Amino acid sequence: MEMLAPATPKSWYLPTKPHKFCPGCGHGITLKALGEAIDELGIQQETIFGCDIGCSLLAWNFFACDSTQTHHGRTTPVMVGIKRARPELITIGYMGDGGGYSIGSQHLLNAAVRNEKVTLILVNNTNYGMTGGQMAPTTLPGQITETSPYGRDPETTGYPTRGPEFIAELTPEGAYVARATVSKYKQLRRLIRNAIRNQMEGNGFSFVEVLSTCPTNWRTNANQTWNFLEEKMEQYFPVGEIKSPLGKGDK
Amino acid sequence: MEKIIGEPKKAFMTGNETVAWACLAAGADIMFGYPITPQNEVMHYWTRLAPKYNRNFLQTEDELSAGFTTCGAVQVGKKAFTATAGPGNVLMQEPFGMAEAMRLPVLSIIQQRGGPSSGTVVYSQQEVTLTTYGGNGEGHRIVYSTASHQEIYDYVIKGFNTAWKYRFPTFILGDGYQAKMREPLEMYDPQDKGIEIIQPYPLIGIPGKIGEDREPQHLCNIYSLEEELYEVVMRVSAEYESISPEIVEFQARNCEDADIIIISHGVVSRAADDAVKILRAQGIKAGYFRPITLRPFPQQQLREVIVQSGAKCLLIAESAYGQLEKLIKQEIYGETVKIENLFMPGVGIIDFDIIKKVKSII
Repeated sequence: MEMLAPATPKSWYLPTKPHKFCPGCGHGITLKALGEAIDELGIQQETIFGCDIGCSLLAWNFFACDSTQTHHGRTTPVMVGIKRARPELITIGYMGDGGGYSIGSQHLLNAAVRNEKVTLILVNNTNYGMTGGQMAPTTLPGQITETSPYGRDPETTGYPTRGPEFIAELTPEGAYVARATVSKYKQLRRLIRNAIRNQMEGNGFSFVEVLSTCPTNWRTNANQTWNFLEEKMEQYFPVGEIKSPLGKGDK
Repeated sequence: MEKIIGEPKKAFMTGNETVAWACLAAGADIMFGYPITPQNEVMHYWTRLAPKYNRNFLQTEDELSAGFTTCGAVQVGKKAFTATAGPGNVLMQEPFGMAEAMRLPVLSIIQQRGGPSSGTVVYSQQEVTLTTYGGNGEGHRIVYSTASHQEIYDYVIKGFNTAWKYRFPTFILGDGYQAKMREPLEMYDPQDKGIEIIQPYPLIGIPGKIGEDREPQHLCNIYSLEEELYEVVMRVSAEYESISPEIVEFQARNCEDADIIIISHGVVSRAADDAVKILRAQGIKAGYFRPITLRPFPQQQLREVIVQSGAKCLLIAESAYGQLEKLIKQEIYGETVKIENLFMPGVGIIDFDIIKKVKSII
């Protein structure tokens, strides 16, 4: 019987495949959706992909696109610098919830306020994966991590950051803000595609948070992993388009 | 390249205004900046001039962002620069570290203010250690310490060239006095002085179709293995050392027969120059040595001056508590000449201070 190779996006850089993310990690799904979106929009040649520190850095040579890799939280200003210097390029920044909502939050917030014409994709797995599973701004109440070993206590550590909601409040018309999940692939791909299209149309800041999985640090099996994503995370973090200038909203 | 100045002309202006004009004349495309005294007027003048010459500016949310946006812009081939001071210089060490690691031709103007912490907004030479060796790296940077507005103009133009030729982050180290004083200088278009401008080029977003004409460019600054990083740092160190002789600049005067050599940098060297003239007139054999590049340091040249003069003593004068002295001591290790100091952290030094100190020594 002939083996069929899995369909890979044209914009993937094949010499670096298979990728280096852990089994069960949601980054692979997110990056497949991003790759397909780049293919559909036909922008591989003019895309600059930038990634943060944290697990997202493993994507530094993921695409057959010119790419750069920055410091923790600093992908946003690097992308802004590139876009300001060369507006004809399509800049796609890729980061985790620690990079975007904690150490780089001032950059995310101010880039949103200035309506910078960049696209940022933030992968939310409710913890710091690369550094070994510490509490993140997005860790759910009661969730056990290495730095909240008795469960996150909102009394002392606050409630999880709802990023797209605050970014939607900060941005003017023209911005695109959405939350997707790796459990709903077609929607994920559509929202990422919209966030890139919005930059291409020059409308404004474009942001997608992607709810993702981290079985390594959650210490969950396949079932538990998927249940945590669909039953806990998607409850706390509602999925869909929050703000879109692209005609009809997400159904 | 576009002519900005036309016929070379005399001007009388502040150092910060001089920076803005020099950046224009050097062909800078974009500035990223964040307010901090005493460099603010660099932005004030740039934001007034830039639109008239089709150049760009972004005021960022902080110095981290100003540094990283500058890094992004140079990666896609634009001449970008920033300016900062004091605590802003501290924050910018993170992006400067990335510029070192990724060999990004970032040009930064540092107008030193008093420290530590917020210190004063006025003046110091206390950002020498930070500017030369700040960050979690090996100090692979090029640092020009200027002493006059003419030098600010000349070295900003030269600094862009150095940065783009060698691809090491490059600094124009000034101070609050140089930033805020008015002084005469000559402004010119570099091509009129026979200065060839090094053209910027992109590292990503480069011409050619990926998959047909070329491979995708993947820039990174993190390595999985100790050995990978070791190789990179050793290669960069070797390259830095090999280009250093082409870059080092210094001034030496009256050293041949000097009993005491006064070493200073930046604006303090003007007081040292005056002091040496006065001391010589009084029959005291004083010499003057000034490193213009603090990184790389004119090590060989200073050693030669010490040996050839047979001076008994070096006097290191600086508006800091030994930051220049540390640099010098590490560079001339093994020389047996006596070292005296005049440390006036965060305070201006005039010829009188140096003369008094010299007379107390000899």
